[in-house]
Amino acid sequence: MMQIKNRSLVSITDYSKEEILRILDIAEGFEENQRQKILSDYVVATLFFEPSTRTRLSFESAVQYLGGGIIGFASADVSSVKKGESLKDTILTVSNYSDLIVMRNPMDGSARYASEVSPVPIINAGDGANQHPTQCLLDLFSIRKTQGTLDNLHIAMVGDLKYGRTVHSLVQALSLFNTTFHFVSPESLKMPSSVKTWVKKAGLEYHQYTEFKEVIPIADILYMTRIQGERFPDPLEYEKVKNAYILDNAMLKNSKDSLKVLHPLPRVNEINEDVDNNPKAYYFQQAQNGVYVRQALIAAILGLK
Amino acid sequence: MKDKRTELKVSAIRSGTVIDHIPANTVFQVFKILGLQNSTNQVYFGTNLDSQKYGKKGIIKISGKCFEEKEISKIAIVAPTATIIEIDDYVVTKKENVHLPEHISNIVKCFNPKCVTNHQKVPTAFDLIKDHNGKMKLLCNYCEKTMGQENIEFI
Ligand SMILES: [Zn+2]
Repeated sequence: MMQIKNRSLVSITDYSKEEILRILDIAEGFEENQRQKILSDYVVATLFFEPSTRTRLSFESAVQYLGGGIIGFASADVSSVKKGESLKDTILTVSNYSDLIVMRNPMDGSARYASEVSPVPIINAGDGANQHPTQCLLDLFSIRKTQGTLDNLHIAMVGDLKYGRTVHSLVQALSLFNTTFHFVSPESLKMPSSVKTWVKKAGLEYHQYTEFKEVIPIADILYMTRIQGERFPDPLEYEKVKNAYILDNAMLKNSKDSLKVLHPLPRVNEINEDVDNNPKAYYFQQAQNGVYVRQALIAAILGLK
Repeated sequence: MKDKRTELKVSAIRSGTVIDHIPANTVFQVFKILGLQNSTNQVYFGTNLDSQKYGKKGIIKISGKCFEEKEISKIAIVAPTATIIEIDDYVVTKKENVHLPEHISNIVKCFNPKCVTNHQKVPTAFDLIKDHNGKMKLLCNYCEKTMGQENIEFI
């Protein structure tokens, strides 16, 4: 196992299975005891070149529970970025003021580049349409917590599987755990072949569906995603499919007792509100798990756990 | 025998480099990536020549010039079947097939308009991989998108 300490996390594939499990184990410790002021001598920078309130608050909450200091900005609307300062210069400057940089940036690959130029470790909080590894880690944490294991599960992913980066990273990570995948999407938003190649290379099975209902009885996890109208070149096609992938409470009737419904949030209408009170709904706890996982990651990278 | 007749269709050179076995449809691409249109050396080329191995092939001969590793990598990307032959005073001094490098730096542009390499001063970097059909693909080390040969644009 390589050391997690002082290493950037750009893509979930940067971590081995053992390293992923180690972060999840540390996160469990923070779930039991969240307030551990181990970061009191440290400063973490959160550089958000595009707004993402949910992710930023989760990271800042994680730092605060650890007792660390926070500097940064919440959008590119700050003077240096507006004046056209290069990403490299911003990173080099901020690295003088902080021990770790959490960055979100709309350019694909910006996090890898930042990690190459930065003297302090970078945590990627989303680089355009590319990667968002902490979302992936919190999904894995949620799956393991609710199922008791990550091994040999039937994971169903529903909705926009073509553009949804969260599902792509999740497939890559779950491929380490002998998962059977069930991909449910409209024809035009199917899982890309590069992701399916990944599954095949891992020697695992995937099944594709356009019909939602048949996967419900076999799934251990139902991972719901948003279908966005702007993804469809033809608005008529969107009208046709937009209601075909909505989960309501009645549909969960013959699901497994242990099934949990996950969603990266924010949801629009793909999960009916009548599911919220079903104990199988897990998406709000899932978001809360994000704070534990981010605490674990920050602590491990700074060598404090 | 056949190869010999093909050779005769394009003049022999005394010293320089022959790029042989270029897929016929990529001769002009090879020409362009090597910047031969601006070369002051003598350059001969032929295309749609008969080849026993490949059906139709192209050939380029450049007088008084040898190519560096980086240029040969470029040739390999657009013409993976090509052979590089170096000639000194009508004698073949070196003959080798181009081979695809595993990794290339700052040779081609990323086709993804949102890629950081198209917005910041970052040298591009790609891994050369094969897709499930055995086709060559370039995997951008930054945006992690893969592009096929049809999207390659040289820097
Ligand atoms: Zn790229």
